[in-house]
Amino acid sequence: MELNSLKKRRRFNLGIQILSAVSALIGLAALLWILFIVLQRGAGALNWNFFTRLPTPPGIAGGGLANAIVGTLFITILAAILGTPLGIMAGVYLAEYGKGTKIATIIRSMTNILIGIPSIIVGVFVYALIVLPSKTFSAYAGAASLAIIMLPVVVRTTEDMLSMVPNSLREAGLSLGAPNWRVILQIVFRAARGGLLTGILLAVARVSGETAPLLFTALNSTYMMHSLNEPIANLTVTIFNYAMSPYADWKSQAWGASLLIMGAILILNIATRLAFRERSRAK
Amino acid sequence: MFRTIINSSIAAGLIMLLAGANIAADSGMTINGAGATFPYPLYSQWAYKYNQITGMKLNYQSIGSGGGIQQIKAKTVDFGASDAPLKSAEMSESGLIQFPMVMGGVVPVINAKGIAAGQLKLDGTTLANIYLGKITRWDDAAIKALNADVSLPDQAIAVVRRSDGSGTTWIFTHYLAAVSPEWKEKVGADKAVSWPVGNGGKGNEGVAAYVQQLPGSIGYVEYAYALQNKMNYVLLKNRDGHFVAPTKETFTAAAANADWANAPGYYLVLVDQPGQESWPITGATFVLLYKEQANAEIAKTMLGFFDWCYSHGDEMAVGLDYVPMPDNVVKMVQATWKNKIRANGKAIYP
Amino acid sequence: MNLHVRRRPGASKGDPLFKWIALSCALVIPALMAGILVVLLLDSRLAIAKFGLGFLVSDAWNPVTGDFGALSSIFGTAVSTLIALLIAVPLGLIIALFLVELAPPKLSALFGSAIELLAAIPSIIYGMWGLFVFAPFMANHVQPLLGKYLGFLPLFQGPPLGIGMLTAGIILSLMILPYISSVTRDVFNMVPPVVKEAAYGVGATNWEVTRGVTLRYSLSGIVGAGFLGLGRAVGETMAVTFVIGNNHQIASSLFASGNSIASTLANEFTEASDPLYLSSLINLGLVLFLMTLLFQVAAQFWLWRITKKMA
Repeated sequence: MELNSLKKRRRFNLGIQILSAVSALIGLAALLWILFIVLQRGAGALNWNFFTRLPTPPGIAGGGLANAIVGTLFITILAAILGTPLGIMAGVYLAEYGKGTKIATIIRSMTNILIGIPSIIVGVFVYALIVLPSKTFSAYAGAASLAIIMLPVVVRTTEDMLSMVPNSLREAGLSLGAPNWRVILQIVFRAARGGLLTGILLAVARVSGETAPLLFTALNSTYMMHSLNEPIANLTVTIFNYAMSPYADWKSQAWGASLLIMGAILILNIATRLAFRERSRAK
Repeated sequence: MFRTIINSSIAAGLIMLLAGANIAADSGMTINGAGATFPYPLYSQWAYKYNQITGMKLNYQSIGSGGGIQQIKAKTVDFGASDAPLKSAEMSESGLIQFPMVMGGVVPVINAKGIAAGQLKLDGTTLANIYLGKITRWDDAAIKALNADVSLPDQAIAVVRRSDGSGTTWIFTHYLAAVSPEWKEKVGADKAVSWPVGNGGKGNEGVAAYVQQLPGSIGYVEYAYALQNKMNYVLLKNRDGHFVAPTKETFTAAAANADWANAPGYYLVLVDQPGQESWPITGATFVLLYKEQANAEIAKTMLGFFDWCYSHGDEMAVGLDYVPMPDNVVKMVQATWKNKIRANGKAIYP
Repeated sequence: MNLHVRRRPGASKGDPLFKWIALSCALVIPALMAGILVVLLLDSRLAIAKFGLGFLVSDAWNPVTGDFGALSSIFGTAVSTLIALLIAVPLGLIIALFLVELAPPKLSALFGSAIELLAAIPSIIYGMWGLFVFAPFMANHVQPLLGKYLGFLPLFQGPPLGIGMLTAGIILSLMILPYISSVTRDVFNMVPPVVKEAAYGVGATNWEVTRGVTLRYSLSGIVGAGFLGLGRAVGETMAVTFVIGNNHQIASSLFASGNSIASTLANEFTEASDPLYLSSLINLGLVLFLMTLLFQVAAQFWLWRITKKMA
């Protein structure tokens, strides 16, 4: 440490403190700017037509995004159905059976790596694996790509949450004569259920906003879905298409869809955060 | 709290499945097509009208001619659409046939300070030089020479072109190659070229959007896009030396020269046509289908739709300044359908 | 923890089955990783056969003649990511510092959550905001200023269009900021309080403790956070696609448009109308996948080092 005058050091310290507060404010300001813009431009588009009508061609007014809303809900829920059980069981393995084993360490590292894989690569993968052989874009392929993105996230949060459950609970269950699988399913899960659910919901929130993988798998559609084996309308690809278009009413609908997606994701994030904090405090 | 979340998610899931099943029960076949953005404003209106009449759904993804060709070759769609026609060799190799659906004009659009719509005059050489990157400012001498009476801004030109494989690019670059030997040698004509300069927009939509947004920009779009979005179009000097505006009359004048009867597989380039009133950058847009159709019902529905477009779609086409195919060409196409398209060995048209 | 359960007749028949189910699910992860690698390799073999390693250094991208090279896309990815890191790493560090050392706990929690919410915003929303709000802002206010005062540098020459490398880089920095800041915050929190207290005890100011103790201890962690941000930034697609300008060129100006690997894939994948084109695109995807792999492994390594050190 330099033996400069105390005043100089104090002043420098103050300068850094101000700089860091300003930096935090910059981050906050950026967030608020984005939220404000989406709210401002999207609110005007969220009318009755938006939620109930199908898209109309450019030049014909009064269209909406009912099919895209239904489509996004559908693909997201399907992805959750595909990815959640798989992810939870994998997390169970890592937390309950694999602790300390080499294979678990490898799988854990791979999970962390997979979390960071660009979603567009997942889209290319599913395109090659499902779309090309089945010769059609489909809701299946779209849901599969979202499930693949969800999977490592669910694995990691499951493992983290299950590991936090104290061993005393497990020992208590086992000492009562319950088989291990019962202990896990009925005792450990129960104890960790807040965190598990939070993890799943956050993963679902994340994939509901994904666009790139759906570009090559689910594509898009101007009609309401009526088969899992066909292209399906969805909000994110619609936003992409509409935003890059020159039509004013399409661009307005793109903002509306953005508000819808962002609103849902933020509400999920904030609600689970609050609920989880409440529960852990109540404990 | 969590019980509510779980319960509501299960409820939502069940509702979705029910909705899905319900919808699956509804009638109306879906035909999947993909490709050219050139005719998209028209195809979408045709499909909308036809859906109201027959309940048939046309799911057309406007992803560019290159995409249309790729998707039909990969058999992920029922038909492809492209403004860049395939040559006979490629067609026979792939088992596809193509036919022209409608014609239209490709129009340069600009966003330059102080210049009104239809005010700026350009000719082929100047346009090529802008796209070659040789002319970089709006007040360049070459542009001034053509526009003595317009006050040109001291602004850099932001060139906008396509980033995807495009039939509109195919038509536009064929024109540039026809009027500028330097362009022909350095760049050539195709759906996607090695552009010397420019920002890439995706689809006609993307180019139009960029030109709306970027100050000082120039781009090229199918005329319906300029019309629907009230964009600033330019006048071009045609082969006969006249400056013409992009209108359905000038497009029709250019299209009148088309010799469809002698075009193998309907392959025709319509740029730089002679005629006082001809618009220099005109082209047709094609539909691609397989000769051997896997599903007779889908094939019949598809051809029914295209037939309806020929017979009932002229008004909508003209409303967007497209040029409908002349009757004799429609008859040729119908004959092609009758003779060439088969499902399980049987003819499906008429 | 592997609890050894004594087999009681009939009571634990489910156990081996359950364990086997769990193991198979866990094995999906490495299967997926291998699967992605294999598929990418298989489908790029046309391009690899034709271009070999030269693909990485060729700046061609000509669908007409069938000549493809990754350099322009890699350049765009590299430049936009570099700008993002140059902004997000210092900013993230200072914000983490604020959250850990300087802010009262309630404020710290609030600001911390706000910064983390930046990560929850989907890429496409960043793209929308970027294209329609931020790019015009850059074009009208920031770029003309930069061009006026710093225009002697080739970095800031050219027409101020708003879209381009610089804008893409700035938006990327916002997207990776929360990752860098939250990992750094966790790392800062791991510094043993006893060492910090000792420094305070001899009269050091906040900043001096940070510089001399916290930062020095956390260096590996900060590097890890940097790699994490890097890994994220190279793969970002939608935000970059909206504002980078889609131009396969290597330009010296930050105002110029370009292409990143991800934006090239997003724009051209469904339209590659010939096998070599598609194969070249998948080859690009392979390059991106390997890059991300490398950065993620590096991040894991550095973060493992810091956890070991602090434990």
